[in-house]
Amino acid sequence: MSDASTQSGIYGIAAEYADDASLLEAARQARAEGYTAMEAYSPIPVHGLYEVMGGKRTILPLITLTGGILGLLAGYWLQIWVSAIEYPINVGGRPYITWGAFFPIGFACTILGAGVSTFVAMFAMNNFPEPYHPIFNTPNFEEATKDRYFLCIEATDPKFDRNAVREFLSGTQAAAVSEVDL
Amino acid sequence: MATDSSNYQEEVLGQADVMLGPGQTFESIDRDITDIVLTNKPPKAWWIGLGIAGALMGVLMLSVVMLLFFGVGIWGINSPVGWGIAIVNMVWWIGIGHAGTLISAILFLFRQDWRTSINRFAEAMTLFAVSAAGLFPVLHLGRPWMVYWFFPYPNTLGMYPQFRSPLMWDVFAISAYATISALFWYIGMVPDLATMRDRAKLKIQKIIYGIFAVGWRGSATHWHRYEVAYLLFAGLATPLVVSVHSIVALDFAASVIPGWHTTIFPPYFVAGAVFSGFAMVLTLTIPLRKIYHLEHFITLRHIDNMSKIMLANGLIVFYGYLNEVFFGWYSAHEFEMYMIWNRMTGPYAWSFWALIFCNGVVPQLLWMRRIRRNTIAIFCIAIVINIGMWLERFVIVVTSLHRDFLPSSWGMYTPTGWDWALYAGSAGFFFFAMFLFLRWVPMISIFEVKEVVHKMEHKH
Repeated sequence: MSDASTQSGIYGIAAEYADDASLLEAARQARAEGYTAMEAYSPIPVHGLYEVMGGKRTILPLITLTGGILGLLAGYWLQIWVSAIEYPINVGGRPYITWGAFFPIGFACTILGAGVSTFVAMFAMNNFPEPYHPIFNTPNFEEATKDRYFLCIEATDPKFDRNAVREFLSGTQAAAVSEVDL
Repeated sequence: MATDSSNYQEEVLGQADVMLGPGQTFESIDRDITDIVLTNKPPKAWWIGLGIAGALMGVLMLSVVMLLFFGVGIWGINSPVGWGIAIVNMVWWIGIGHAGTLISAILFLFRQDWRTSINRFAEAMTLFAVSAAGLFPVLHLGRPWMVYWFFPYPNTLGMYPQFRSPLMWDVFAISAYATISALFWYIGMVPDLATMRDRAKLKIQKIIYGIFAVGWRGSATHWHRYEVAYLLFAGLATPLVVSVHSIVALDFAASVIPGWHTTIFPPYFVAGAVFSGFAMVLTLTIPLRKIYHLEHFITLRHIDNMSKIMLANGLIVFYGYLNEVFFGWYSAHEFEMYMIWNRMTGPYAWSFWALIFCNGVVPQLLWMRRIRRNTIAIFCIAIVINIGMWLERFVIVVTSLHRDFLPSSWGMYTPTGWDWALYAGSAGFFFFAMFLFLRWVPMISIFEVKEVVHKMEHKH
């Protein structure tokens, strides 16, 4: 944990909301106030929330593309190496490298490379598996997978000040505001 | 919910074209879906089903052991019919699997919200059907313990597989398909597993679902990456599913046997796969929604939509049959013409005409709205189509092989008891896995249903 959070001794301050509109509005206000280290939690994806909080578009599609291209190259390389270099079979003088007949396996390898890299990258970016996280200490947080929405301003924020944050979050349409232990 | 389900259905769900029953909140959705797994005792029908499927699993074990001990001679296969019902079953199971991917990936790309209630178990069906399919080509090898020879690894024999063979394409396509389907299924389930973790009442449940939920917190960042990843997976699975059954079709089409050697096979196999897959989804859905009282999640609109897709694919498949007959005649090729004539009037004519009845005639009932909304009628039609699609593969595999070019090498094929035992056993495996899935995993995608409810609320 960084210095700021160890100083305050908490992970952050979380507010609970009854619906997605209040959460979205609160996130927008927090952004306007100048807070940067925050995270919102919701039972369903809330569209626009990530962008409001200043999140950058994920590079996941690029990883998928790279994985797909590597899969394609690996699939073709495997077939070319086996059929032309390691174990060439001369069938009536036909060519060893037959890219057309290699396509089905090349394609399967493309999809496999793209899919597996997407899966691994998403897990790695989200730091999964991560069974423990301080946000789970938030009172009532198990409702975040049911029907409650949370916004947590984290102690690592340069502008973080317990009282100011608490006051600010109480000013939004929060149903409850509470400190989140580390 | 829905104490008197038949009345509920007629009065509330039968009238409007509802995608979900009215009056649902996020809380009630959570409760209705998670309770099935977390708190409720399994219904009696579950125990009965599990018992039957378990017994058939025993049959599977026995027939595999017999096969390994005595060899493929215990089956009815011989020259000229070397591909018996083992291959029929393999193609049948793979085809069934394809509907799951169609529902989860293709309907997702088309933004068909109604898929949310059925995609989870349709995908589970895909996984188990593909696993069941995988049994057959391996057991058909003759020496199944040599199955690793399929894989190109450096070995002391100094030999490598022939990558220009469609059978090798199959190995790669089906293993890629099984892998991608499993990952897609799991990634789509992570948010729901977190819901299960948080709803769990027992500590052991919390721990187990907690492990599989990998620490999902539903943060905006998680959701953002999740949605991008899910969309990418849908985009990857869509061409893959089309390629898999095309490659299965090429196992046949790349040979020179009359009845196999035809360019129409790949598209017609794909349509047939979707056709049989939807029939299987309906076969499973209709009893399921009744037994678990899920009529408010899986409404008549779902049944109606699936029946329409089934009808459309049935027509494509039937067009394929007509094409085969037409080109058999139009080719003016002695062997092709004889193949069609033999199918229609030869010793296996019964299977051809039963096929036309099951896949060509019966699905025409689906034109009627009244039939599409009658669950019993749809259940029966779906069963008939399942049988029809099995017969289709039987006609293709057996009648094409049993009389090819040289009359002196013609022969007949009759499946033996062990052929049927393995088939029944594979069904046992499939249903056993399905029953365990129903018991341990939320069978309906919870958060996606919530999204639909949320969307509906904000429309009004």
